[in-house]
Amino acid sequence: MKYRNISALQDISFNTSCGNRVALIGPNGAGKSTLLKAIAGLVPKTSGTIRWRGTQIKKWFSEFAYLPQREEIDWDFPITVRGLVEMGRYPQLGMWKRFRTKDAKAVDKALKTLELTELQNRQIKQLSGGQQQRAFIARAIAQEAHVLLLDEPFTGLDKPSSETLSNLLSQLALEGRLIIASHHDLATVEALFNQALLINKGSHGFGPPSELLNEKSIAATFNH
Amino acid sequence: MSFIETVIANQFMQNALIGSALIGFANGFFSGFVNLRRNALSVSALSHTMLPGIAVAILITRELTQANAFIGAIFACLAVGLGSTVVSRNSRIHQDTALSIIYTTAFAIGIALLPHLPVATNLRDWLFGNIIHISVQDLNLVFTVSAVTLILSNLFMRPMLLTIFEPNVAAAQGVPVRSMQYLSFTLLICMLVASLQAVGTILSVGLLVIPAAIMLLYTDRTSAIFWGGAIIGGLSSVTGIFLAQLINIPAGPAIIILLGGIFLLSFLLSPRHGVLKK
Repeated sequence: MKYRNISALQDISFNTSCGNRVALIGPNGAGKSTLLKAIAGLVPKTSGTIRWRGTQIKKWFSEFAYLPQREEIDWDFPITVRGLVEMGRYPQLGMWKRFRTKDAKAVDKALKTLELTELQNRQIKQLSGGQQQRAFIARAIAQEAHVLLLDEPFTGLDKPSSETLSNLLSQLALEGRLIIASHHDLATVEALFNQALLINKGSHGFGPPSELLNEKSIAATFNH
Repeated sequence: MSFIETVIANQFMQNALIGSALIGFANGFFSGFVNLRRNALSVSALSHTMLPGIAVAILITRELTQANAFIGAIFACLAVGLGSTVVSRNSRIHQDTALSIIYTTAFAIGIALLPHLPVATNLRDWLFGNIIHISVQDLNLVFTVSAVTLILSNLFMRPMLLTIFEPNVAAAQGVPVRSMQYLSFTLLICMLVASLQAVGTILSVGLLVIPAAIMLLYTDRTSAIFWGGAIIGGLSSVTGIFLAQLINIPAGPAIIILLGGIFLLSFLLSPRHGVLKK
């Protein structure tokens, strides 16, 4: 995969399935965000295939929800939490279809699941960091996405918010969703994820964190 | 007869009131996009650029029609926009600087061309508008352009908003992001050309920026910003015309001064985001 003509990622290959929580581990600039964006279809890949349900991923865009890093979001945008979650229905509705009762119910349900019902009329900047993460996850739930792609979701969260998010991701995986998240804190990988992919431009191993993460593999990834 | 009745009884004033209400409403609605995209300064550059575009169109076709004006304005805006990109990509000059250089030069050329045009024109009307003398023909055009802009903006509201908020996500969801950007650019020029008669090239920026900016001080609901902006734009334009008659100033400046005043009051007193209420 190339980004602005610089080779950002190559030789990445792994298989995973629904119900898993996969961490992408690697140093800054290793290509974690690029890989997430490639899976989400946000950046074009130069070669290789990403398959979902046995066919090319592009066909299934509505089943993938991408949650950008905090700094990529315009927090001043005049949109309420509810307005944001309603955006999750856009892939189903397309450009034209009107919002139906079914869509409003899906939004209500997502807000309730993420405990955001009382905050639904707040502008997105007026939330705490943890609530903001939950608002974007609520959008993914309203979208009925099967795969959640999160870019550094735990960065900047305080301990209680981290725990809430961790429980939430476990719950979502138990319900049959696939979670793929970039993560930089090696100490918490094992507690938060059940699979990990070590990357630094290329793959340095894939498997359960308890087996994968050892001094040798970490040194190989981080001193690449 | 009261002052208001006297104004309304006049045929010229009736046309002016209808025209300004339409222009104010449509511009006010569209100002939502300008505010969300945060491109008020580019709009200012484009509004100045219309003048040379229209002047050149008149020179070539030897007549002034709304169609000529529109095509000339589009070409000039495209040329200035592309020109600034070419200069900034091929030199150390920043795009903002390049845009400022090119649009002010283009504007100067427009001003220089005005006395040589084969049709009678009045520089002041170009710069500051002359809604009181709007013809029935112009009124029809303003109605058509405003209606088309409102309809298209509403039809494409969802993809256009998503394109502004998260262009990457929009593209991944199959939204034709480029087409949406072209569409909003074209609608913007339509609005600028339509507002020419009311407030002129220089003041048109006010109508395309201030109404939604006022709403942003009151609400976080996207739809309220658009429709509230439309209502503020329409009402201020109509009130501006009465104000102009009452204190004997030109209508274009009266409309913009009124909008500026409402913005200042909102900035100070808005219960939600006013500085004195914090």
